[in-house]
Amino acid sequence: MTQPFYVSPEQLMKDRADFARKGIGRGRSVVVMSCRDGIALVAENPSPSLHKLGEIYDRIAFAAVGKYNEFESLRQAGVRYADIRGYSYAREDVTARGLASVYAQSLGAVFTAESKPFEVELVVAEVGRTQESDHLYRLMFDGSIADEAGFVVMGGAADAVVDALRASWSPDLGLHEAVQASARSLRRASADSSDETSGARTPDASVLEVAFLERDPDTLRGSRRAFRRIGEPELGTLLQQEQDT
Amino acid sequence: MLPEDAASAIPGAAAGSFAGYLSVHHPALLPSAGTPTTATSGVAAAPTGAGQLAPHATTIVAMTFPGGVLMAGDRRATMGNVIASRHIEKVFPADAYSVLGIAGSAGIGVDLARLFQVELEHYEKIEATRMSLDGKANRLAAMVRQNLPLAMQGLAVVPLFAGFDTERRVGRLFSFDATGGRYEEHEHHSVGSGSVFARGALKKLWNPHLDEAAAVRVGVEALYDAADDDSATGGPDVVRGLWPVVYVVDGTGTRRVPDRELEAVARELIGARSSAGREA
Repeated sequence: MTQPFYVSPEQLMKDRADFARKGIGRGRSVVVMSCRDGIALVAENPSPSLHKLGEIYDRIAFAAVGKYNEFESLRQAGVRYADIRGYSYAREDVTARGLASVYAQSLGAVFTAESKPFEVELVVAEVGRTQESDHLYRLMFDGSIADEAGFVVMGGAADAVVDALRASWSPDLGLHEAVQASARSLRRASADSSDETSGARTPDASVLEVAFLERDPDTLRGSRRAFRRIGEPELGTLLQQEQDT
Repeated sequence: MLPEDAASAIPGAAAGSFAGYLSVHHPALLPSAGTPTTATSGVAAAPTGAGQLAPHATTIVAMTFPGGVLMAGDRRATMGNVIASRHIEKVFPADAYSVLGIAGSAGIGVDLARLFQVELEHYEKIEATRMSLDGKANRLAAMVRQNLPLAMQGLAVVPLFAGFDTERRVGRLFSFDATGGRYEEHEHHSVGSGSVFARGALKKLWNPHLDEAAAVRVGVEALYDAADDDSATGGPDVVRGLWPVVYVVDGTGTRRVPDRELEAVARELIGARSSAGREA
């Protein structure tokens, strides 16, 4: 009987982390940004139906980069978790913190126990009644979790997008300005990476997926659900405004 | 080729139902949980007087009008000869384009309505699209059928479902029976203890050319007639300022008719009836 080669735990974990990072790095970027009127979620996504952003509950949204099948199953599990909790307790008992911690446990368990870690990175965002009570939880493939303030960028060109955004982000942005700033930064980052000189190209509505978590959906739309997807005509106008100014 | 368990996950994913998931993983959370099994209760145990245990919700009326549908419910719940509640609301928005009203055992009915709301929202979030109106009616029928053992004990819930069909651009009505039968109704319908009287009123008051405001008046008047002859249905309460619950569903979505409008309609109706000075 042959003895299996000894691999140190450090090496094993490093290999797995490198593998997951490589998978995530291939994906396009997603920006989640807290601002005055709510939380803006902006993703580079050429598909109009395979979403990277999703609604979890009344005031909670989900954003992901990485492998679609993996984060889609996590999103559905999150929706199920939130609906069961809200149904068996009360709607206000569903919190992003609770959901983020079960995601962290699940990602951590898969990272150590399964043959392949999840190649995903997630943000669970909850919009509060005031900007101070907004929550952005960022979850890594290994189950590590961070409570971020301001904005989060995930995916391939994340560092370049963060650099571009740092100048334009402020807590007083409205949702429309936040989308314009995010779209600009995503475009600049992708232009940098491909070494194009078309930095002034219009951010194309067809490659962006945008959603809002509105701070006061009850007064705005008479709905308790804060999540709203920004579809083609509205998104087009919004990006057009940015170009005009 | 797919491994056996991965292949079986595909048909398994067809039922994205929240109620279905609960019945497998958390059966205790369903409104019909804790039902005595037939092995212990047997046929002889049914029907018992369990209906006296809990409040009973009464009359709901619904009608279509060009471009939409309306549902109204009175505010009374009874327990035998006692008024259990004057404030109960028995008409609920199911989602952005549909409403449901419940008659029968109030506790189970309210829970059923809550479960149905979550069911529709859950589907919408998982599938990223709304369920069709027929799909919603079928899901509600299945949920009513699950309550059949309790219905046999006297705790029946009979919902009335109305919605705007966004494909056909018309308002539609569905009634149900305790065994899960689903029947599409035309023009108007009512359920609950005062429904016979409300139905009679609707037959005379409804016409195919009602606008929304006229439909609200007809709904309130039909409930008034039901309350006139059925002791379990509450009329407009001018002393406490309680008016029926009325929802309208049209192409712009589900909307609750505000109390001040209903107050005006109810006061006008009471005034007209008093000044007529007739028996009915």
